[in-house]
Amino acid sequence: METLVAVLVGLFFAVATYLMLSKKLIRVLIGIAVLGNGVNLLLFTVGRLTQEVPPIIEPEAYVLATGTANPLPQALILTAIVISFSFFAFLLVLTWRAYETMNCDDVDEMRLAEPVDAAAPPKGY
Amino acid sequence: MAVLDPDLVARAMVPGPVAPGDWLAILPPGLMLVAGAVAVILRGRPRPQMMVAVASLGLLVLVDALLVARVTDSGPFTMMMGGWLPPFGIAFTVDIAGATLALTAAVIGLSAATFVALAQDAVAVRHGFFPFLLMLMAGVSGSFLTGDLFNLYVWFEVLLISSFGLLVVGGMPAQLDGAVKYGILNLIATTLFLIAVGLLYGTLGTLNMADIAVKLSGGAVKGPIATIAALFLMAFAMKAAAFPLNAWLPAAYHTPRLVVSAVFGGLLTKVGIYALVRVLAMLMPAERDWLATPLAIIAGATMLVGAFGALAEGSMRRMVGYLVISGVGVLLAGLAVGSEAALSGVVAYAIHSMLTTAALYLAIGLAEEATGSARLADAGGLWKATPALGVITLMLLFAISGLPPFSGFWPKAMLVEAALADQAPVLAGLILVTGFLNTMAAGRVFLFAFWRPAPAGAVRLRPDSGVLVPVVGLVVLVTLLGVQPEPLIGVARAGGIGLANPAAYITAVFGGTP
Repeated sequence: METLVAVLVGLFFAVATYLMLSKKLIRVLIGIAVLGNGVNLLLFTVGRLTQEVPPIIEPEAYVLATGTANPLPQALILTAIVISFSFFAFLLVLTWRAYETMNCDDVDEMRLAEPVDAAAPPKGY
Repeated sequence: MAVLDPDLVARAMVPGPVAPGDWLAILPPGLMLVAGAVAVILRGRPRPQMMVAVASLGLLVLVDALLVARVTDSGPFTMMMGGWLPPFGIAFTVDIAGATLALTAAVIGLSAATFVALAQDAVAVRHGFFPFLLMLMAGVSGSFLTGDLFNLYVWFEVLLISSFGLLVVGGMPAQLDGAVKYGILNLIATTLFLIAVGLLYGTLGTLNMADIAVKLSGGAVKGPIATIAALFLMAFAMKAAAFPLNAWLPAAYHTPRLVVSAVFGGLLTKVGIYALVRVLAMLMPAERDWLATPLAIIAGATMLVGAFGALAEGSMRRMVGYLVISGVGVLLAGLAVGSEAALSGVVAYAIHSMLTTAALYLAIGLAEEATGSARLADAGGLWKATPALGVITLMLLFAISGLPPFSGFWPKAMLVEAALADQAPVLAGLILVTGFLNTMAAGRVFLFAFWRPAPAGAVRLRPDSGVLVPVVGLVVLVTLLGVQPEPLIGVARAGGIGLANPAAYITAVFGGTP
């Protein structure tokens, strides 16, 4: 089962990498969203996939019964989901503002911060 | 409710309340989070906001100084969140390297807040500069003090999201352009970091740094761990702007307000380097040895790209961005050598580089403002117009090039000595060559912007002498560390020893019984 999900994670990463190599910002953003989900799936898988026993401590017991699912990845994923979602939202707004300001979404044409005709340093005076 | 079995509790939790002194470990990020929240509440009231920011950052400097005093006195110590025993709970473990860098960062944060307060920058305050700065300082302090890898990731995200906010303070079009490139590349870098953390958890079943160090100690290089180490290298090198992943830095660092440039140049890349050193040198020494050659190549290329970029750059603040990159290369060279002496050099150089870069960004930014243009070709005559700024800038340019009697000289000497002792003459030579090239680039800025007569039409605007106060403070510090280097070298040695031999760190977490 883990192998299967690992392959799926690899597929997510491949798709994300392909999209992030694009020059169009919107594709890059979709790539980042896919990458974030791939990472969540990865964190889920590294905790080992078990299905039998939920991680709930029985009344009168102190510790988990053996063979329970690992609860830690859930905490990690929850954190990662919140973070990646908020970053995605921020970047979406930022990209939209940048698109409105520069009227393009091609990174090669976004040259406000790095003008093509930037002056070389003076050679002497 | 069942009565708890004390034996079982003792196996899971730290008995008794946390010792009062241990609260110091969590105080820096906690203080900054609270102050940041208060600053958000005071959103519409600039003056109280300024007072809260400056006061809390002053307090942060004090707390970090206490932390440094404590760890130099009695070694590293740990505070476990919620009292859960390691490795189950999240650990905050403070050692000398982390505490010293946190103190340096606090000094820079305080200077930045004072600068904005003195400059009466109403636009920056209205756009939320202070809350963002305080949250950024929370992230930076947390990154330096945490003892848990996933927690380190969370602090990285805290500082990243605040840095996005700081980058677009003012909202000029060029800032949006820079912020898009900075934001996307840095988000990808932290995601790579998270992937590496996840894989490491899947391999070792732990995220506590001390526990990882124990589990990986003494072993030969193993395939999965080596892959994870390479992933960490890629993620942190991207954050530190190492070649060939350095393109985002010169695209973004010159666009925001000059004080934001100073904070970024001083803090962000160094946090990346710190995390890289912590993970590779302390947690995965065998894998660091395995990666030594690629590290050395990356370090050399980063130094040279930074130095040549600085030579070829015609815009003042962007030129400083390239100097930052070449400084990152020098730090990586220390990690590539990897001996105890080299890691001490890395700590010393990081302290110097943080202070000098922040101050230089402020000084060069003021020179740009006085000229009214970022282009070196338009500048001139500043020496006559503002001699005070001229002297300050000259001192800082000396410092960043590594010339005595300023703080850059001793760390570089330590690094060159360590590289030569470790049979790495090429790296030692490259550090010296980079210093020479940086001196040329720095000297040219002084020559054109300050020394030569003003070209016709150059706008002349004296900077308000009040805003120079925080810059002068940093310059005094840079000079003192150069003239009287014993304290700097002392903490750097202790920090390097702590990074190279994590035994004390591990004992601080597990109390001698891992």
